[in-house]
Amino acid sequence: MAMASTAVEKIISDKVGRRVSAGEFVECPVDFAYCHDGTGVLVIDALKRMGVERIRDPDSFSIVFDHSVPPYSDQAATLQARVRKFAREQGLKKFHDMGEGICHEVVPEKGYVAPGMVVFGADSHTCTLGSFALFSTGVGATDLAFILATGKTWMKVPETIRVECRGTLREAVSSKDLILEITRVIGTDGATYKALEFAGEAVRAMSQSSRMTMSNMAVEMGAKTGFIEADEKTVAFLGRDGKRFSSDSGAFHELVEVDAGSLEPCVACPGSVANVKPVREVEGAHVDQAFLGSCTNGRYEDLYEAARILRGRRVHQDTRMIVVPASKEVHMKAQRDGLLDIFLEAGAMIGVTGCGPCLGVHMGVIGENEVAVSTSNRNFIGRMGARSSSVYLASPQTVAASAVEGKITDPRRFLR
Amino acid sequence: MIRGRVWKFGDDIDTDVIIPAKYLRSVDQSVWPKHVLEGVDPGFSSKVKPGDIIVAGKNFGCGSSREQAALAIKWAGVAAVVAESFARIFFRNAINNGLPLVEAKGISGMVEEGDVIEIDLDRGIVKTPKGEAKSTPLPPFLQEILKSGGLVEYYKAQVKREQK
Repeated sequence: MAMASTAVEKIISDKVGRRVSAGEFVECPVDFAYCHDGTGVLVIDALKRMGVERIRDPDSFSIVFDHSVPPYSDQAATLQARVRKFAREQGLKKFHDMGEGICHEVVPEKGYVAPGMVVFGADSHTCTLGSFALFSTGVGATDLAFILATGKTWMKVPETIRVECRGTLREAVSSKDLILEITRVIGTDGATYKALEFAGEAVRAMSQSSRMTMSNMAVEMGAKTGFIEADEKTVAFLGRDGKRFSSDSGAFHELVEVDAGSLEPCVACPGSVANVKPVREVEGAHVDQAFLGSCTNGRYEDLYEAARILRGRRVHQDTRMIVVPASKEVHMKAQRDGLLDIFLEAGAMIGVTGCGPCLGVHMGVIGENEVAVSTSNRNFIGRMGARSSSVYLASPQTVAASAVEGKITDPRRFLR
Repeated sequence: MIRGRVWKFGDDIDTDVIIPAKYLRSVDQSVWPKHVLEGVDPGFSSKVKPGDIIVAGKNFGCGSSREQAALAIKWAGVAAVVAESFARIFFRNAINNGLPLVEAKGISGMVEEGDVIEIDLDRGIVKTPKGEAKSTPLPPFLQEILKSGGLVEYYKAQVKREQK
């Protein structure tokens, strides 16, 4: 009996050279790998301890400086210098020093990856690239060093949860709201060790940028990756096509259905990414800082949607707003199109492209009992600053509307 | 066999509370164990003793890929982590650094903080004062990585074998 396979099973089978299915442990060749300034330090340490002088394939490896950009301390700068030296010694052509953008944005922008590939990154949000119809997942630095030395790694072939998103998103509702709703339904560990596959009318209708937001948050449900089938938008973003795989009907191990058409703006309330409520239920909560950016929502489309709300308005006097473009490309386009003027005139600050304040170390750390509304992906205790501070995760539209009002606000109030 | 005193934690202990990001960019790596689990229990690093065991709920180690989370726990002297479930990147990082993990369903309900428990890694059994908790033992190649002391040592042993 011919058994149906998921897209992820097919990608891994293609690499391994035989048909594999969920639950099997395999040693899998890796097409592309990357890391950033943060994890890079430990990758180099591990390679040194392994006795590896030359990595196996420098052309299939990229390093992008994004976490401590520009460096916030002498030690951060010293560690970056180590990684920079390593990149030069190894002759890395795909090394991007600070100022280029976030790794998960730069790697696909440069077209380093393509549909059908197996991609590993030393950062948990490597799952973002699953939105390009490839298998990508995050690992630690030692795992990445092993991949750089040998060109392969072990993994358990994951089961796939197919998330069918019916209907199309309404005005002022974004793919961020949809992925928050999905996280509420699946929970913070509902997809552990599994792959998610986002499908359905709402996903097909989405831009590639919106799809990246969806796949970005797969890890917040414990998933290895967030796969989305390829189409012309995928190819246009990458500037290339690859081997396209899609799931056979009924091949998935679990099905989750979401009514995207009736969805309204929502936020993940402090403490857990799955603590998701409609914005209208928490409207009025005070906001000290609004952050627009990160690998989740720092792309041109996100800045554009926020600018639509901020145009001709002011950020509330009790609130500060920080905008950080996800890449230099995004920054330049936003500048050319006048979006940056809109932000500056509204009283927002523009930061250097990179991860910005998302992980709570610089460029907008929040203090004791302060509250942030953020387009990023994590609202763990103390994530953006003091242990007593808190974070609401929201869409670019909700962040912009909340910045104007100085409190959590439903962006539908600003529809014109 | 691993035998040690238990420190108990809840569900969804993320890597940001295991080791907050502000300590990561340190040239001096000995900083990490001094702040282990600070985000959830600020005094933990001064209480934990070598050989102690962490017992936690579901999804331990969720969040970032920072390997410092596994290293901070290991370098604080923790002998093993037993949890209802682990987030996958943390799981790999721990094994890769020779920190034993046991996934044992129901474990949170079977132990109290301060209990002494015994772990048989080969058989995947945890002996508690309230009885035994069973887990699926790690597949043989993962046990080998763990027994080598981590992925670096495993790699070196592999290279040495190939050279012979």
